[in-house]
Amino acid sequence: MQFMLLFSRQGKLRLQKWYVPLSDKEKKKITRELVQTVLARKPKMCSFLEWRDLKVVYKRYASLYFCCAIEHQDNELITLEIIHRYVELLDKYFGSVCELDIIFNFEKAYFILDEFLLGGEPQETSKKTVLKAIEQADLLQEPRHEYFNVPVY
Amino acid sequence: MPAPIRLRELIRTIRTARTQAEEREMIQKECAAIRSSFREEDNTYRCRNVAKLLYMHMLGYPAHFGQLECLKLIASQKFTDKRIGYLGAMLLLDERQDVHLLMTNCIKNDLNHSTQYVQGLALCTLGCMGSSEMCRDLAGEVEKLLKTSNSYLRKKVTLCAVHVIRKVPELMEMFLPATKNLLSEKNHGECELVPQLVRILKNLIMSGYSPEHDVSGISDPFLQVRILRLLRILGKSDDDSSEAMNDILAQVATNTETSKNVGNAILYETVLTIMDIKSESGLRVLAINILGRFLLNNDKNIRYVALTSLLKTVQTDHNAVQRHRSTIVDCLKDLDVSIKRRAMELSFALVNGNNIRGMMKELLYFLDSCDPEFKADCASGVFLAAEKYAPSKRWHIDTIMRVLTTAGSYVRDDSVPNLIQLITNSVEMHAYTVQRLYKALLDDISQQPLVQVASWCIGEYGDLLVSGQCEEEEPIQVTEDEVLDVLEGLLVSNLSAAVTRGYSLTAIMKLSTRFSGVNRIKKVVSIYGSSIDVELQQRAVEYNALFKKYDHMRPALLERMPIMEKSASNGPTEIVQTNGETEPSVVDSKHPPPVSQPANQVGALLHLFLNLDLHDTFGMRSNSFDLFFRANPNPNVAVITIHASNSTEADMTDFVFQAAVPKVSRPNPAQIIKCLCFEVLIHGFGVFCVGLQCDFLFSLRMRIKLTYTLKGSPVQDLAEVNNFPPQSWQ
Repeated sequence: MQFMLLFSRQGKLRLQKWYVPLSDKEKKKITRELVQTVLARKPKMCSFLEWRDLKVVYKRYASLYFCCAIEHQDNELITLEIIHRYVELLDKYFGSVCELDIIFNFEKAYFILDEFLLGGEPQETSKKTVLKAIEQADLLQEPRHEYFNVPVY
Repeated sequence: MPAPIRLRELIRTIRTARTQAEEREMIQKECAAIRSSFREEDNTYRCRNVAKLLYMHMLGYPAHFGQLECLKLIASQKFTDKRIGYLGAMLLLDERQDVHLLMTNCIKNDLNHSTQYVQGLALCTLGCMGSSEMCRDLAGEVEKLLKTSNSYLRKKVTLCAVHVIRKVPELMEMFLPATKNLLSEKNHGECELVPQLVRILKNLIMSGYSPEHDVSGISDPFLQVRILRLLRILGKSDDDSSEAMNDILAQVATNTETSKNVGNAILYETVLTIMDIKSESGLRVLAINILGRFLLNNDKNIRYVALTSLLKTVQTDHNAVQRHRSTIVDCLKDLDVSIKRRAMELSFALVNGNNIRGMMKELLYFLDSCDPEFKADCASGVFLAAEKYAPSKRWHIDTIMRVLTTAGSYVRDDSVPNLIQLITNSVEMHAYTVQRLYKALLDDISQQPLVQVASWCIGEYGDLLVSGQCEEEEPIQVTEDEVLDVLEGLLVSNLSAAVTRGYSLTAIMKLSTRFSGVNRIKKVVSIYGSSIDVELQQRAVEYNALFKKYDHMRPALLERMPIMEKSASNGPTEIVQTNGETEPSVVDSKHPPPVSQPANQVGALLHLFLNLDLHDTFGMRSNSFDLFFRANPNPNVAVITIHASNSTEADMTDFVFQAAVPKVSRPNPAQIIKCLCFEVLIHGFGVFCVGLQCDFLFSLRMRIKLTYTLKGSPVQDLAEVNNFPPQSWQ
């Protein structure tokens, strides 16, 4: 996977994870163009599109678009599963996740993503293990709170 | 100084902004506060400030002043600090900035931290954005960690190692021994490289239910896919490995549940693997049948990947793919644009001599109803297929007509000369063709390529049209005046492009030798002698001259065109597919190969050929062009007709043909009569001729000079002709 973007239906970016080195300017340009392209797609169209020299896999969950750019030899269908797994993880963690959760707790969304994917590849295929690791890491945060979803900063 | 506001508080505040300007103001205010807080080296709130900065960065605002702060956070002892610090590093830093190298030491320390979650943070960061320098520096630490017994860490280290190797391939050797050990582990997270995969895969699909790793009843699909991918890499050029995998691949292909996307994902990966390795033909057929089944799936995503994969294999496994032709053709009617495009490309790839009639029917129907973005490609594809496999000339002409009338305005410019050439060479169909084109013009004059081809044909074969000679269908009754009405109509219509007007004026002129009533034509031509359009004016003036001073040459000049040699085709190239190649060359097939001739090489650029009707042809070849002459044995004048064609894709402009003959001692030396130029060589062909008036009768020598501009550079070519046959002056 080269990068993953989450954005709302109005085109506002909610998360961006880049697995390839690009300048800030390039990232902005890519984001702008890709967001426009995906938002222009009609509902009946399939989840894959060819964009520049990459394959883009996207899926909409409620008000958020999850968009991944993969290389030519990568499997689009399994990427859809990866996206789905990530959504499931978010859902389990936040308890019925919605866009607001991701807006207000964006750093947690990143932490979860980083426990699931590393360098663009899934590092752990067990949902339970990933969630457990996050839980444990949260407990390490200072000051230690009983409930990890109380804002620390 | 009061405590900086909390992250969530800031987010809430910013979201209340009603305008972009308001938001910007809030952000600037907060940034200023954060900056002064950074200046004060405040450790307590650094984490909070950086978190806020990251939020603002995501909104699109600059945050580079936070980069060093991230480094300070990473160096902190607090886990919270490190977490945000590493996140900030991954978001704000990249390998282009020297600052990132300062992280190296911190990462090194954290890789050896006592808390596995800290180690995890370091590994994640390194594996995500480590530059090659960092990777080189830290490779040793990573390699050490590979030997850890901690399963949580091992999977992270492995993936991090993959990143390191990708960045610095030379380090691969270092990691090889460690990876061999990884495979015997039961933990699902780190099976990465090397054999025994077959065994593992087998276990996976045969073994019982493992709820942790399950997705919709399939055990650990991510792992299965990864293993299949690995098998693909290993079997790619290796016969033995490929053979060892045959069974398991067949097993996965037949046993996997296909009701959900996840099962299909595994099947898809299996198909990709089978296609890439040196598999036996039975397995390949199995793979293609899986793709065929995918085509019938309700899920459009599945159909899409099926079409894409079939497109990649259609060259190598042509027969197997042919079996699914009807399903593919059905996909032309799909609602999704990408699916339609692929179905179209695949359909063209599957057309052959046996199925041409049926396929063409479907493709023409598609051409009628498809979106404009497809029409040009589809039209070109139809022309190409028709040229290759046309069962009869009549069918061929009909097909062309159909394309021109339904998608005429989308047809590529270079199709016009190709079509003209085709029509000229189908001698027995001239009457039929001109009749059909004429009828089409009566209906619609807006589609320029159609109009251009039609004008040209009417100019050439107008006599057949009015004499009602058509055999193929009921001949229509049309008078010379009606024909001229139509052509003149084109000249005045707003819909006609400049090029089209040129075509129709020339056509009118040609009819002066084919029709009986010349006066009308003379009138038209003289009117356009004062046209504002320079091109039209020039033509009209020259044609006028033809009527006035060179009327005796006119019949010869305006004679029927001869059969033309086929010039270089510049249609889509074939999709080149080698076994194991996964990169589709589909993109290439849409673009003709680039013309890379140097500007000073006329060479293949000009084809000059000849009107073969009456007399001997003769010619000469120089290293730059072919020149054919035909001489009309008129007592006073040797008329030399030269037909030229420009087979490049660029326009040739400012074309000048000059000829000179030596002065001789005879009383009336040879005189070159003005050179006339018809259709200018706008990447098609043109006709021009030279009239030579001489009444001496021994061997003639002629020097020829051609100058023109091609792609902005002037080109010049010289030649000498001295083998005029005796007949030319007898």
